[in-house]
Amino acid sequence: MREREMQSRGTDMPTQERKLLLKKMEISVAEAEKRTGKNAVNMQETYTVYLIETRPVDAASEGTNPVPDSLWRRYSEFELLRNYLLVTYPFLVVPPLPEKRAEFVWHKLSADNMDPDFVERRRVGLENFLLRVASHPDLSSDKIFYSFLTEENGWKETVFETGFQAKADSRLKALNATFRVKNPDKRFAEMKHYGDELQSVISQLLRVRARAADRLYGVYKVHGNYGRVFSEWSAIEKEMGDGLQSAGHHMDAYAASVDDILEEEEHYADQLKEYLFYADALRAVCRKHELTQYELEMAAQDLTSKKQQREELATGTIRTFSLKGVTSKLFGQETPEQREAKLKMLETQIEEGEELVKERNAECEEFVKSAWVDIERFKEQKDHDLREALISYAIMQISMCKKGIQVWNNAKECFSKM
Amino acid sequence: MSAGAPRSLASSGQKSIQDICHPLSAEESALNPGSAADTGLILPNGTPVDTSSLASSSSLLNRLQLDDDLDGETRDLFVTVEDPKKHVSTMETYITYRVCTKTTRTEFDLPEYSVRRRYQDFDWLRNKLEESQPTHLIPPLPEKFVMKGVVDRFSEEFVETRRKALDKFLKRVADHPVLSFNEHFNAFLSAKDLNKRQGLALLTKMGESVKYVTGGYKLRARPAEFAAMGDYLDLFTQKMGTIDRIAQRIIKEQSEFLMELREYGPVYSSWSSFEEDLHDPLEGVSGCMSNCSSALEELTEDMSEDFLPVLREYVLYIESMKNVLKKRDQVQAEYETKLEAVVFREDKKPPVPSDVEKCQDRVECFNADLKADWDRWENNKRQDFRQLLTGMADKNIQHYEKCLAAWESLVPLLQDKQEAEGETS
Repeated sequence: MREREMQSRGTDMPTQERKLLLKKMEISVAEAEKRTGKNAVNMQETYTVYLIETRPVDAASEGTNPVPDSLWRRYSEFELLRNYLLVTYPFLVVPPLPEKRAEFVWHKLSADNMDPDFVERRRVGLENFLLRVASHPDLSSDKIFYSFLTEENGWKETVFETGFQAKADSRLKALNATFRVKNPDKRFAEMKHYGDELQSVISQLLRVRARAADRLYGVYKVHGNYGRVFSEWSAIEKEMGDGLQSAGHHMDAYAASVDDILEEEEHYADQLKEYLFYADALRAVCRKHELTQYELEMAAQDLTSKKQQREELATGTIRTFSLKGVTSKLFGQETPEQREAKLKMLETQIEEGEELVKERNAECEEFVKSAWVDIERFKEQKDHDLREALISYAIMQISMCKKGIQVWNNAKECFSKM
Repeated sequence: MSAGAPRSLASSGQKSIQDICHPLSAEESALNPGSAADTGLILPNGTPVDTSSLASSSSLLNRLQLDDDLDGETRDLFVTVEDPKKHVSTMETYITYRVCTKTTRTEFDLPEYSVRRRYQDFDWLRNKLEESQPTHLIPPLPEKFVMKGVVDRFSEEFVETRRKALDKFLKRVADHPVLSFNEHFNAFLSAKDLNKRQGLALLTKMGESVKYVTGGYKLRARPAEFAAMGDYLDLFTQKMGTIDRIAQRIIKEQSEFLMELREYGPVYSSWSSFEEDLHDPLEGVSGCMSNCSSALEELTEDMSEDFLPVLREYVLYIESMKNVLKKRDQVQAEYETKLEAVVFREDKKPPVPSDVEKCQDRVECFNADLKADWDRWENNKRQDFRQLLTGMADKNIQHYEKCLAAWESLVPLLQDKQEAEGETS
């Protein structure tokens, strides 16, 4: 079914080439630029566009260095791409985009979308998104994704032509509805719970980290005041002066070093944020499973009730309450012809119902199978990536400690010469 | 293993004086001459110095050779303040300290003394020294009053900080060529019952204190030399105040950072509780943060207890020094006024200005004493601040070393798991 679905989604790439796109193509988001133009309501607006560069992998390895193909896209187009993927592959954990608005900021960080630091971090995040999609076993072969990377004009129209928006409604339903599923797959229920917990803990982590970053900034910067006062003090000293003065310079260096430290840490925060949003994507898949399961259960329920109705009609007993039953009691039974007609209709409905249940059942099973494969893949990716993130965080801390030791050793040397 | 214990840290910096064996200390195990070979340090009086690190022995030497007048000469008076104990009576609770003296001076009846003194005894001593040696700079005492409720006067940290300051005070007096021979100092070190002696001292020494009390004479101009001292002290006080404020602010910021760290670490722990593969790495990170929190807490405590009090001590010191400068001005003013009066008299009478002569003597003595003490003070100040700031650097280095050890021990743990995964996959 997946093969069929994939083909219907327009993967026109030959099967043997439907390997990971990333193996065939170098992708990067190289630059960002500001543009101004008129928006949908004909008002002047300023927005940022990002340059997507692509180059076949082979060309680079051959030694020739051809100019990469490139096109400009803005954030809203990335959003459109992602929405398309979400709707088209509801059983996949679709990689998330970098945040729309800066959150978990501390005072030195700007919450302004036009701030160059924010734009730079977003550029990196968008590149990461494209690489994630391009390295996904299923998503990488999507035609719309490919044309996103290669066709500047008319891409939007192409997306809308797929008619994905109609399906978008059912997806929204899945995310927002509060239906009760009788027999959800246990694994999905657990995964959803995991997604909830992951989202909650990473949010908390990011919040506290931002506050800690603020405080750390304060600690380092106040040391800069030592630089000034040592300098002033050295002016009134004779023998102590030189030592004090040079120590003061080291205090200034110490104060300045915090900027780089926190910039690196921001990268770590971005890695956590990616998984914060991934948690959301994971939950969406689980919710979608619930919806398919629910629809199956509804169809099954409907079938059961229709069968019961048939039985009642056939045996003349009324077990279930129905308006028909009441009216027939009040106004007398129907004629045999009427009953015959009804029975026939019910039979047809039951037949259709059984087909529907079969279909939905197959859909459900297929969904569970495909989704679970991707969830397993996601779990491994998550474990690997987060472990890497923790290692680089530890390495960052080590570097910070070493720098601190060096600066204070330098200062100590100056003090000892006082 | 989550974070693992930090590696033992390389020793850095000088030991503080109380960690060093007192050279003539009887309580310590007998110093064997062999140890002198290790350090190569033998005191001028022949006693070998048993120290465990080169850094501390050089610091010991620094402390012993404070006084230029004694350079090379035999030091014959050693004083320490140790062993604080709490005394509870119905009237009050207070701390006493043991003051140990070892000396070969003939001014003392015995070669060794061990007495118990409380803060008000030290305060008495300082007041007596100020009264009886007004031309000299008397070292400062730690602050007398502490706000009840803000500081716990009986906490280990507070008592230890005070003990160190009292020890420094006595050592400075003991090292001073004039103050160390003062009879009140002698009484303080040796008297069994200081209160009696205090009473006696009050009666018999009244006259002495009157010596330098002068009337309100106006000084025309402070000589350049002493004016420079006064100016310097004003600027120096300013800088001390600024440094005090900066240090306090850093402590505050660090405390607030510590609060966040204390919340940050546990979040990793609660995350680990619902992860499988990531459980150990996350726990490890949480453990590391906890270690860093402890290290930071130690740093801020040390700065509060060791750094700030010394700064404040200096500010007090300077206040008393300014007073001495003013007294000197008074003495000079008296002399100049009386001299002018004599000059203007122009009697045929030969001026018998024994009064004026005495004033001139006083001025000259005062100036000489003050200059000598000023040089001594400059020297002390230089050493004190070298020690203080080096100590501050050391504490920060130790803090970072502890954190470094914690994180470094975590990385291989995280990476090992990776390798293991690589093998199985």
